[in-house]
Amino acid sequence: METKNIMIVGVGGQGSLLASKLLGHLLLNYGHDVKVSEVHGMSQRGGSVVTYVRYGDKVYSPIIDKGEADFIVSFELLEAARWTEYLKPDGVIVTNTQQTDPMPVITGAMSYPENLVEKMRALGLNVDASDCLSLAAEAGSLKAVNIVLMGRLSKYFDFPVEDWKQAIRECVPAKFVEMNLKAFDLGRNH
Amino acid sequence: MSKQLMLGNAALARGLYEAGCAVASSYPGTPSTETTEEAAKFDEIYCEWAPNEKVAMEVAFGASMGGKRSFCAMKHVGLNVAADPLFTISYTGINAGMVICVADDAGMHSSQNEQDSRHYAIAAKVPMLEPADSAEALEFTKLAFELSEQFDTPVFIKMCTRVSHSQSIVETHERIVPPEKPYIKNIQKNVMMPGNAKKKHPLVEARTRAIAEYAETSPLNRIEWGDRKLGIITSSTSYQYVKEVFGADASVLKLGMVYPLPDKLIREFAAGVEELAVVEELDPVIENHCRLLGLNVKGKDILPLEDEYSQNMIAAAFGRNVPTGKKLDDAIPARPPVMCAGCPHRGMFYLLAKNKCTVFGDIGCYTLGATPPLCALDISTCMGASVSGIHGFNKALGKESEGKTVAVIGDSTFMHSGMTGLANIAYNQSNSTVIILDNSITGMTGHQQNPTTGYNIKGDPAGKIDLEALCRSMGFTRVRVVDPYDLAESEKVLKEELAADEPSVIISRRPCALLKYVKHNPPFIVDKDKCKNCKMCMKLGCPAISIHDGKAVIDKTLCLGCGVCKQLCKFGAISEQ
Repeated sequence: METKNIMIVGVGGQGSLLASKLLGHLLLNYGHDVKVSEVHGMSQRGGSVVTYVRYGDKVYSPIIDKGEADFIVSFELLEAARWTEYLKPDGVIVTNTQQTDPMPVITGAMSYPENLVEKMRALGLNVDASDCLSLAAEAGSLKAVNIVLMGRLSKYFDFPVEDWKQAIRECVPAKFVEMNLKAFDLGRNH
Repeated sequence: MSKQLMLGNAALARGLYEAGCAVASSYPGTPSTETTEEAAKFDEIYCEWAPNEKVAMEVAFGASMGGKRSFCAMKHVGLNVAADPLFTISYTGINAGMVICVADDAGMHSSQNEQDSRHYAIAAKVPMLEPADSAEALEFTKLAFELSEQFDTPVFIKMCTRVSHSQSIVETHERIVPPEKPYIKNIQKNVMMPGNAKKKHPLVEARTRAIAEYAETSPLNRIEWGDRKLGIITSSTSYQYVKEVFGADASVLKLGMVYPLPDKLIREFAAGVEELAVVEELDPVIENHCRLLGLNVKGKDILPLEDEYSQNMIAAAFGRNVPTGKKLDDAIPARPPVMCAGCPHRGMFYLLAKNKCTVFGDIGCYTLGATPPLCALDISTCMGASVSGIHGFNKALGKESEGKTVAVIGDSTFMHSGMTGLANIAYNQSNSTVIILDNSITGMTGHQQNPTTGYNIKGDPAGKIDLEALCRSMGFTRVRVVDPYDLAESEKVLKEELAADEPSVIISRRPCALLKYVKHNPPFIVDKDKCKNCKMCMKLGCPAISIHDGKAVIDKTLCLGCGVCKQLCKFGAISEQ
C-alpha cells in the first residue's frame, strides 16, 4: 500500500506524544512499517509543535512535507490553519475548535484570525471541527483532548473500534483507562 | 527477539544494553538526552548525569581503561566542551570498547548553532558511524563497540534530531557481555607526554588507514543500484529523503561510516553512474572528499548549507515535481516557545527589565527571557558564558556597568561551566552580580537531575552541592537567596546587590512549576469591574493572561496560581478564587 501520512499539530504540552504513541501502537499491530517523528524537550512548551505519523509497506522519510498529509489532527484552531499547506487535496483536517492565544497575540502585536473554520472550508479543505475540550471535560479530564481527537480521527479508518480501544489500554496508565475510553467514545460518536 | 516501535535514542540505548556496556556518563542536551535516560532503565548499565560533557567523556574513558565497555552522549555543542579529552583519547586509544554519541541539530530545533560534528571526527581522527533510523542506531552501536576494540579507538555514533527523535521498527536481541579486559599499566600507551605522544601519532595515522580499508568492504556502507543516470552518495536521515524521492530512479551509495570514507567504493560507485551527487545536511564533508578524489559532483551548488532537509526540498533541487497544498490568506501569528505559566524565572526577568539591567544570559529555559514582551536578555552564547562574560564587561566598563549589569544562569548550567567563571570573578575581583536561577532541575532538556538537586539519574538520593556554601567558599561574602514569586523582596535584594561595591551572588530559588512534586494554587481570576485595562499584567508575558474586550482574562487551564500578576495589579483586580 501507498504510505499514509498523519500530522498531529498543537501547542507544546497538550499531549500530542500520547496521540502519536497510540497511533504507532495501533498501526504496528496491523503489521505496517511505521515511522513516528516527535518533538522532545521542555523548550517546546507553549510553542507550535508537530508530530508526524507515517505508515505503509515501506516508509523511508520520518517527516511529512507540504501537500502530503492525508490527515491533519489539530489540538488548536490556529495550529490547524498554520499547517493547511501540508494537506493533500483530498485530505481531512480534524481539529479542536479551542483557541489558545500565541505570544504575538497576547502582546498585541498581531490578532488571532477570525472565522478560521469557515475560511479553511472556503479554500475547499475538508474540515471536521468540534469542541473537543468540552467533550474531554465531559469524559472527566481536560487533558483527554488528545483521545477525543483520536476518537474523531477513528471515524475515517476501517479499523475495528475494539482495536483502537485496545491500543488505548496499552498506552494509558491503568487508572486513566476508563476515562480515556469514554473520551474516545465521545469523540467518535459526537 | 521481538519487533517493536522505538525512538532512535532508545534504540541506541538498547544497543548499549545488548553490547554489554557497563558504564554510561553524559550531560543532557537535546536531541541526545534520551540515549542515557533510556540506558538508565537497564539495571545492568551504571548510568549517571555528569556535571558537563568533558567530565562525562573522561568518566567513560576511565571506565574503558578499567576494562568495561563504556559510553557517553552529548549534543553537538557539548562536543565542543568535551573536545579536549577527545583529541587525546584518540591517541591513547582504549582498553574495553568506548562509544561516544554526538547528536546534531540541523534546523536548530533546540540549539544555539548548527555546527556539523563530522568535522570533529576528521580533526580528532576518530571513526564515526551514522545511523539512518532506529534499527541502525541499535545495530551500529553494537558494531561500534567491536570496532572500538578491534582498532583501539573510541568510536562516534553520530545522531541527528530526525534519527534521535523518530520512532521506527527495531528487532531486539539478548545482552551479551564480553569478557572484562583487565587493566594493565602501560605508560607508553596511556601517558600522553610529548615523548610518548610523538610515537603514538604515526600509529593513529596508520589506524585511520586501516579503518578506511575496513570501510571499503564493511556492511556499514552499501551500494543500492537503481537507474544509473544519477548516483547519489548520502547518509543518515538524508538517505531516507533520497529514497523517498527517487526510489529506484537513482542509484544510491549509502554511507553508514562517514569517517574515514571508503575511496575505492566511492570511485567504483562514481564510475557506475552517469552523474554523481552528494546529499548531506549542513557542511559539504562527503562532497569535498569526492572533489579531493577528483570526482565531478553536485552537492551544495543545488542544496543549502543551512537547516534540515526534507523530501520536497531534495525533489525540487533535482528538478522533480513537488506536491503543494493550499494556504490561507490570513497572516498566521507565530507561536514561539514561551516560559510556562507559573515559571519561577518570570518574576526575576520582569524585575531585570523593569530596572533596565544589562543581562548576560546563558543556556536553558531562561534564554526565553529574551523574547517579547520581557526582552530581558542582552547576550547569550554558550554554557557558562554569562558568568565569564559579565566579568569581562565590568572589567572593560568599570563603574559605568557594575551597578546595572547582571549575569543569569540556571542551577544545572552553573554546575556545568558557571563555577569556573565565578572562580574568575572571585579571583580577579570584578564587582559583578551573578544571579543563579535555581529551579532545582535541568529544565529545558526535560527535567534531568544535577549535582544541586540531591538526586541521581534514577531519582534515588545522591550527593547534593550547597550553592550558598560553594559561593561563600570561593570568597563571596554577599550571597543572598530570594523567592522570585515575591517581587518586592526580590527587587529589594537586586537593588542592594547591584549597589554593593563588591561581587555578589543572588540565588533566585523556586522549583520548576512543571515538577511533579510542586503543588499549585487554584487559578487566579480577574474582577472585570476593577480591571482598568492598564496592561501592567501583560508585561509579564504570561501565556495564561490575555486581553479580551478591553479586560484582562486569565486562562484557567493554564494558570498555576503563582500570584506574580496579582502583585503588579494596582487596582486589586486579580485575586485568588
